[in-house]
Amino acid sequence: MVKLKESYKILVVDDEPDVEPLILQRMRRAIRRGRYEFVFAHNGIDALEKLNKCQNIDMVLSDINMPQMDGLTLLEQIPKVDPNIRSVIISAYGDMENIRTAMNRGAFDFVTKPLDFDDLQHTIDRTLKHMIEWREALASRDKLIVLQNELTVANKMQRSILPTRFPKDINYEIWANMEPARDVGGDFYDFFKLEDGRVGIAIADVSDKGVPAALFMMSSRTLLKGTAIGLEDPSKVMEDVNNLLNEDNEAGLFVTVIYAVYCPDEGILNYANGGHNPPLIVHSDGSSTMLPYIGGVALGVMPDLSYPGSSINLAPGDTLVLYTDGVTEAMNADQEEFGNDRFQDIFKGAPPKNSKEANQRIFEAVHDFAGDTVQSDDITCLTLFRKEPDN
Amino acid sequence: MNINTERDGGALVIKTEGRIDGSNASDFQGSVEAEISAEDKSLILDFEQLDYISSAGLRVILLIAKDLQQKGIKFAICSLSTLVREVFMISGFDQIIEVYDDPAAASSAWQG
Repeated sequence: MVKLKESYKILVVDDEPDVEPLILQRMRRAIRRGRYEFVFAHNGIDALEKLNKCQNIDMVLSDINMPQMDGLTLLEQIPKVDPNIRSVIISAYGDMENIRTAMNRGAFDFVTKPLDFDDLQHTIDRTLKHMIEWREALASRDKLIVLQNELTVANKMQRSILPTRFPKDINYEIWANMEPARDVGGDFYDFFKLEDGRVGIAIADVSDKGVPAALFMMSSRTLLKGTAIGLEDPSKVMEDVNNLLNEDNEAGLFVTVIYAVYCPDEGILNYANGGHNPPLIVHSDGSSTMLPYIGGVALGVMPDLSYPGSSINLAPGDTLVLYTDGVTEAMNADQEEFGNDRFQDIFKGAPPKNSKEANQRIFEAVHDFAGDTVQSDDITCLTLFRKEPDN
Repeated sequence: MNINTERDGGALVIKTEGRIDGSNASDFQGSVEAEISAEDKSLILDFEQLDYISSAGLRVILLIAKDLQQKGIKFAICSLSTLVREVFMISGFDQIIEVYDDPAAASSAWQG
């Protein structure tokens, strides 16, 4: 924020010796009140020396015709000293050619001789006001750049922790994608190998957006993966992560999570749900089942909660779909939500043949629905496909 | 953000309308907290006219609930539309915050 000064320093450049006493006399009230302070120079070279010497000059009021260096040449030199100084030119009445040249060289305004001091005071005030606003704009621009850099960094951090090399197994396939909204959000997905060929899968959505949410997401993801590798039971993993997230959470952030352990040999999926949208199973005939609510509160809300677990069986050709509400709550131009029905209709009569295809078709359907409507939330989707046994 | 305040016996009832999302959640929190006085024994948020609440909205509900718990003031929400009820159910917030059909049901539950 620019500090508003109480007094402004104005450099007056004129070769006529009577200008200095005249200005001091006519502007004496404003000078006495401490609003303006005047510095005088008698030609362009003299003016540049004074600009370099006293570095806090806010505005220049300059005549055009002067010996050694004229006002128009001075105008070109001023920005080299300080681009934020505003200049006003004093010209002969009706000298449009010089006035035009002066304006082209960056003069903010002009006054004409003989000087009308009311008009001059007005012009000075307007020029200073403009300069103050300009400096404020510069300051907020600088702040904005800092903020934007921070957001870019947060965005990169968020993207960089999402795995993009998907496992290739004879029994199953995984594919996942996140499309961030313009603000830094807090969606993430994860998958990692556990003992005995099992695989841990997670999807999560942090409340709110911005840098704090992105940081909360990072710690959620690390805690989840760290806890999951040592524990077998998804309910127990969620319980531990919830307690860890509650240890230091003044901001009241929370994260909705589904954590599942998939056993590829039997096609069994054990999972627990912490306040997240229920998983969808797309069957090999294109029909689908939205899994029921099994309870479980979002993580980080309060400590010492338990997370009921559930178990389902994936048949060969089935696809497990984990998603965030960016999918189901995507809006179109008519302010309608994509919704569960459209979501489940994607595969009706046309079942996916692998996890990548399933994932891409979901994103395509959401894009087609939303059209040009600005995306307000991260859209994240993870698909796990159980392959048919090799013959 | 429009809120409407009534005092019914010892209960402060605050009605809100429209949406609570990332754009107005902290305004909503500020307006609600500004209404709470030292004499209030309980707060009921009446969501009859609320169309939508996002996770940013749930977050400020949680902050309000935690603040009231520290102050020893009872807290409930009531009159949820189907859509809003679903958000509270999926997130599990209905398990940690008292939810009632209307303000009277909350009051009588506390008195009984």
